[in-house]
Amino acid sequence: MAMKRRAGAVLALFVTSALLVAGCNGGDGEAQSEQELYKNPVTLTWWHNASQDGPGKTYWEKVAKDFSALHPTVTIQIEAIETNQLQRTRLPAALLTSDPPDIFQAWGGGEMREQVEADYLKDITEQVKTEVENIGSAAEIWQVDGKQYGLPFRMGIEGIWYNKDMFARAGITTPPTTFDELNDAVTKLKAINVVPIALGAGDKWPAAHWWYNFALRACSVETLKKASVDLVFDDPCFVKAGEDLKTFIGTNPFQPNFIATPGQNDPTSANGLVANGKAAMELMGDWNRGTLETAAEDPEALKKFLGWFPVPAIAGSAGDPKAALGGGDGFSCAKNAPAECVEFLKYLVSPEVQKGYAETGTGLPVTKGAEAGITDPALKSILEATAGATYVQLWLDTAFGSTVGNAMNDAIVAIFAGNGTPEQVVSAMKAAAKK
Amino acid sequence: MTSTLNPAGGASAPPAGLPPARRSSIRAAQTRRKWYEIIGLTTPAVIVYVMFVLVPMGFAVYYSLFRWRGVGPPTEYVGFDNYVLAFQDPIFLDALRNNAIIVVGSLIVQGPIALAVALLLNRRFRGRAVFRLLVFVPYVLAEVTVGIMWKLLLTGGGTVDALLKEIGLGGLVQAWLADLDVVIWTMLFVLTWKYVGFAIILLLAGLSNVPHELTEAAAIDGASWWQTQRHVTLPLLGPTIRIWMFLSMIGSLQVFDVIWVTSAPAVRSLGASATMATYMVDNGFFARLWGYGNAVAVILFVISFIAAVLFQRFLLRRDVEGAITGRTN
Repeated sequence: MAMKRRAGAVLALFVTSALLVAGCNGGDGEAQSEQELYKNPVTLTWWHNASQDGPGKTYWEKVAKDFSALHPTVTIQIEAIETNQLQRTRLPAALLTSDPPDIFQAWGGGEMREQVEADYLKDITEQVKTEVENIGSAAEIWQVDGKQYGLPFRMGIEGIWYNKDMFARAGITTPPTTFDELNDAVTKLKAINVVPIALGAGDKWPAAHWWYNFALRACSVETLKKASVDLVFDDPCFVKAGEDLKTFIGTNPFQPNFIATPGQNDPTSANGLVANGKAAMELMGDWNRGTLETAAEDPEALKKFLGWFPVPAIAGSAGDPKAALGGGDGFSCAKNAPAECVEFLKYLVSPEVQKGYAETGTGLPVTKGAEAGITDPALKSILEATAGATYVQLWLDTAFGSTVGNAMNDAIVAIFAGNGTPEQVVSAMKAAAKK
Repeated sequence: MTSTLNPAGGASAPPAGLPPARRSSIRAAQTRRKWYEIIGLTTPAVIVYVMFVLVPMGFAVYYSLFRWRGVGPPTEYVGFDNYVLAFQDPIFLDALRNNAIIVVGSLIVQGPIALAVALLLNRRFRGRAVFRLLVFVPYVLAEVTVGIMWKLLLTGGGTVDALLKEIGLGGLVQAWLADLDVVIWTMLFVLTWKYVGFAIILLLAGLSNVPHELTEAAAIDGASWWQTQRHVTLPLLGPTIRIWMFLSMIGSLQVFDVIWVTSAPAVRSLGASATMATYMVDNGFFARLWGYGNAVAVILFVISFIAAVLFQRFLLRRDVEGAITGRTN
C-alpha cells in the first residue's frame, strides 16, 4: 500500500523526464536532393502556435491545403501547440530526438543561435535569396553569423496603444514624442481620474519591455548588437536603463496591483483595461490589435478610440531615437527535412499568402506587396513607423536567449515590485550567462 | 478443493491419503502455478513502474549533474554544482519556506475543520447527503478550474472584495494576489478550500468503521455525546487521521497546479508564492536550465522521500504493519 502511494508521488514528480524518454523513437527523415523535388510523395509535419480557434489557425489550414493542391506529392500534417508549450517543452524535446517536426515556429535570436550550434536547423541561405531581399532587414533576425536559418511571416515594432477619447478629454492634443511629454500626459490623465498606463506585470515580459525600451534609448546600437552575440553586459548603459525605469515607475503611471495583473486574454488583464476603456495606454507589440479585440466587450467602440504611437525618445540619451524594439514569428526547417520544406517556407512568405495573412488581422506581414491587406489605421501607423525605424532591436529576452532573458525579466520585475535595483538586473544577467 | 481455490495462499497442504510421489508432484505444480500467477499479474505493473518511475528517476539524477540547456546531448559535467546553486538561490529558499508553510498550514487548518465537519455529518439529519456532496465538490473540481475561479474572485476590486465590503468587513480587504506578504496565505486558503473535502470524506469513511456497539455501550454507561467522541470515536479514528496527514503532507510538498494557475508568474518569480515544483518548471523549462531543473526535481524527491520515510517510521508504523510485512508464511 504505502509503496504504491509513494510510487504515485514519484510518478507525478518525474512525468517531465518520462516524457523525454517516451519521446525518443526512431525514424530518420531522409534528405532529398533538389532534383527530386515533387517526385516522391512526402509528408511534412508542421508545428505552429496558432492553437486557438480563430482566423490565424484557419488560415494556416487553408495555406497547407492550397500548397498540397499545387503540389500533390506533398502532404502537410499540422500540429497547433500553445506558444509556451511549443517553445519551452515540446519543441526542445522533439529536437533532441531523431524525428523532429519538419517545419516549426522559430523566433530567432539567442535561441536560434543555440539551435544552430546543435546542428538542428537547415541552412537555407542559397534557396531563399529572393525572399530575403524582398523581406528586407527583418529577415536578419532569423540569421546566425550571416546564414539564413528561417523566414519570418510576421514582424512588427512595439509602441504605445492609446485611447484617443481619453487623450482628448485630458486635453492631450498630440501623442507624446519624448518621455517628458509622456510624463505630462500621465499627469493630465490622472487629473481626469483615469489610469494612465495599463501594465500586465504579472506575466513579467510586459513589464520587462519597459526596461528594454529604456535600454534601447540608453545604449548605442553597437552595444546592443555586441551584447546579443557575446552576452557581455559591462556597459554602464544597462544600469542607466534600470535607473530611468525606476524614475518612471516613481511617477506612478500604472494601475494598482499591477504586479499580479496578467498581460492579455481576460477582462482583468492589462489588455482588458485598455480594451474596455479603463486605462488610457499600454506598451505592446503589433499583435495587440487582435488581443485587445478578444478582451473587448464592445469591439466596435474599441475600433473607434484605439490609436498607436511609437515609444517616445529620451532627450540627450546615447541611443538612437529612431531605433525601435520589435520581434516576429517565423518558421525554420529541421536539418534533415525534405527539400519540399524549403519550398513551403518560400510559399509562406510569397506576396499572395502574406496578403491573406495580413487580412486575418493577427499581425503585420513582412513581404513587400502584402501591405494592401492591412486596413486598420493603428496597424497602418505601425507599418509606417517600422519602415521609418533606423534599427529594429529584437526583444531583448529573445535576443539574449531564454536563460539570460528569464533572469533579466525576473530582476526587472523586482524593480517594479520595489525590492530590486538597477545593478541587480545587470548582475542577474551576468550570472545567468554563466549558468 | 479448498487448496485449488486458494491461489494466493499457495502453501496449503494437498489432500491427505495420496502416495508421497503424487503428493510432491502436486506440490511442484502448485508452486509453479504460484510463480506463473505472480509473474503474470505483476509484470505489467513492474514494466510500467520501471519505465515511467525508475528509469526517469535515473535520468533525472544523471541530467542533474550536467550544465545542460536541453540543446544537444548533455556534455558539460559539473558534479553537484546545480545542487549547490539551488541552495544558494534565495528564491529556492523562499520556495522551501512556502512549502513548509503549506505543509504545516494544511495540517493545522484542515485537520480540525475536517474533524468537526465529519463528526457533524456523521450524525443523522435531513439533507445529510446534500451536505456531504457539497463538502466534496471542491475536491472533485479540476485544480486548474479552481485556480482560475479563485484568481477571478480574488482579483483587486473583485467579488471577494465586494462581498467583504458588503458585510461591513471592508477593512479586511487586501491585495490578495498582489501583496507579496499576503499571497502565500491566500494560496493556503485556496488549497484548504480545495482539499478539506478530501479530509472530510476520508474521516467519514473512518467514522463508519467505528463499531456502533462501542458508542452504544458508552451511551449506556452514561457518557455524553462529547465524551463518546473524545474517548471512543477519536482514538479509533487514529489510523485514518494519520493516513490523511501523510497524504496531505506529500501533496503539500509537491503542490503545483493551484499555485501555478492562481498566482501570477511575476509573483512566483519574486519568491512570494513559488513552491519547489513551480520553481522547478520555471527554471527548468522557462529559463531553459534543464540540468538545473533536474537537480531541483531530485531535491524535491529526496525531501518528499525523507518526509515519507520518517512519517512511516514514527507515526504510521502500527497502522501499516500488517500491510507491509505481510501475514503469510
